[in-house]
Amino acid sequence: MKTPKKILNEPRQATAEMMEGLILANDGRVGRVEGTGALFRTAIPDGKVALLIGGGSGHEPIFGGFVGHNLADGAACGEVFAAPGPDTICEAARAVHRGKGIIFLYCNYAGDNMNFDIAAELLGDEGIETRTIRVRDDVAAAPPERMDDRRGIAGAVLVVKVAGGAATELKDIAEIERIIRKAEANVRSMGVAVSAGSLPETGKPTFELGDDEIEVGMGAHGEAGVKRQKMVSADDITNQMMEPILGDMALAKGDEVVLLINNLGASTMMELLIVNRRVRQILARDGISVHRTFIGPWFTSQEMAGFSISLMKLDAELKRYIDLPSSSFGFSSL
Amino acid sequence: MTGDDVKAMMLAVAQAIIDNVDVLSEADRATGDGDHGVGMRRGFEAAQDAIMALQAPTPEQVMKAAGTAIMAKGGGASGAIFGTLFRAGSKVLEGKDRLDAAGFAQFLAVASEAVQKRGGVITGQKTMVDALAPAAVASADGSSLAESMSRAAQAAEAGVEATRHMLATTGKARSLGERSLGHIDPGALSVSIILRAMRDRA
Repeated sequence: MKTPKKILNEPRQATAEMMEGLILANDGRVGRVEGTGALFRTAIPDGKVALLIGGGSGHEPIFGGFVGHNLADGAACGEVFAAPGPDTICEAARAVHRGKGIIFLYCNYAGDNMNFDIAAELLGDEGIETRTIRVRDDVAAAPPERMDDRRGIAGAVLVVKVAGGAATELKDIAEIERIIRKAEANVRSMGVAVSAGSLPETGKPTFELGDDEIEVGMGAHGEAGVKRQKMVSADDITNQMMEPILGDMALAKGDEVVLLINNLGASTMMELLIVNRRVRQILARDGISVHRTFIGPWFTSQEMAGFSISLMKLDAELKRYIDLPSSSFGFSSL
Repeated sequence: MTGDDVKAMMLAVAQAIIDNVDVLSEADRATGDGDHGVGMRRGFEAAQDAIMALQAPTPEQVMKAAGTAIMAKGGGASGAIFGTLFRAGSKVLEGKDRLDAAGFAQFLAVASEAVQKRGGVITGQKTMVDALAPAAVASADGSSLAESMSRAAQAAEAGVEATRHMLATTGKARSLGERSLGHIDPGALSVSIILRAMRDRA
């Protein structure tokens, strides 16, 4: 097995050193609870309902890179591909809490669910109110009748975008929660892996994929997808991904969506734009209009090559929050 | 077993996990994302530090310190699960200055129940519960602590083998479906390593 080249110092320090670099890259707008993966925005107004996101590291810029204006107030970051522990989540929660409760928004994985649940129990003992929303956008992971078995992947970027806006503009935690839940319910994604990413600490790819193989539906950590097959054209891959996404969404002619194409790490912008071309042809065929397009590396998986497509069905309310200007190290939109 | 014996035993348990980091990660690469070993190492290194700092501890204090450290530093599903195992189990040892066969069996029973509740899993789902639950049952038949631990280790080992023929229905491996067959569950293997290390110190 070939060991991938990575630009590291001591591999076991990769997460800590990345975090240090991330804080510096924010030029004072984001702070960190010393020695932890608990990140927080330095300018959170009093009385604001706090939005806390989080998950394993190694997917940069998400999650830590989404702490910013009209985005998350804080992020609890774990080690590479491992959920943060309850202590990190509690530290981050205390750092962002402004007396009006905290919304936990994270991706649906067993590790994240358990650690955030433990943290919610501990914070509850301290009198801090929390609400939990889990992103379950990966249609490849399970059929719609088993929504809770669906993983959270790059559709989370769009949910965080809506959530960040709603949590800035609105005061009522229940109202903010309702809007985030709607955003989460309206987003669907599917990924494809062309080659594997590797863990800094072990230096090993997280899965094996033949040189001429791709896996459609593969998850952000190399979880199995729906089909492993020989390499095919960009249009063919895109067709194979769009069909299950659209099949899961019940979109009607005239509906509007926001489109996000996420680079899993090592694919080129050229490839993603070629994919975008095909996505738009398919949507135009079905009479679905695209309100906004986001293409870039937001929810990566180390040097995994491949991408995912996410669509969120919009209504006037969701559109408003998708359109709010937002800025952070990892994601900005005007 | 006195508190100091439990302390020495748990230091050995942690070392056994640390020594098996590559074995555990490799087992996880087959069905998960290949980080089980490094996650467990993070947790059990923290546990070693926490246990080492205890002076003349009770058995409860040792187990609780281990669980708290694993939960805080391990992260991921394994940190929450193995942290819960030791933290929940430690509660049955409260007020006892020795770990005996009955205490150990109770420890495993309560730990197994707590882990199943936290993870929302039962036996047969190809998880660490498939090693822990049978170990808890087997340990109840021991007439001495050494025998309880030996029975637990043996049952856990059989449990690890049994996961080979199970379909994963939870965690990152669940999307593999049939492809998860033929592979053991790395969490179950960790349970087996822990119980084997305990047996070797009994």
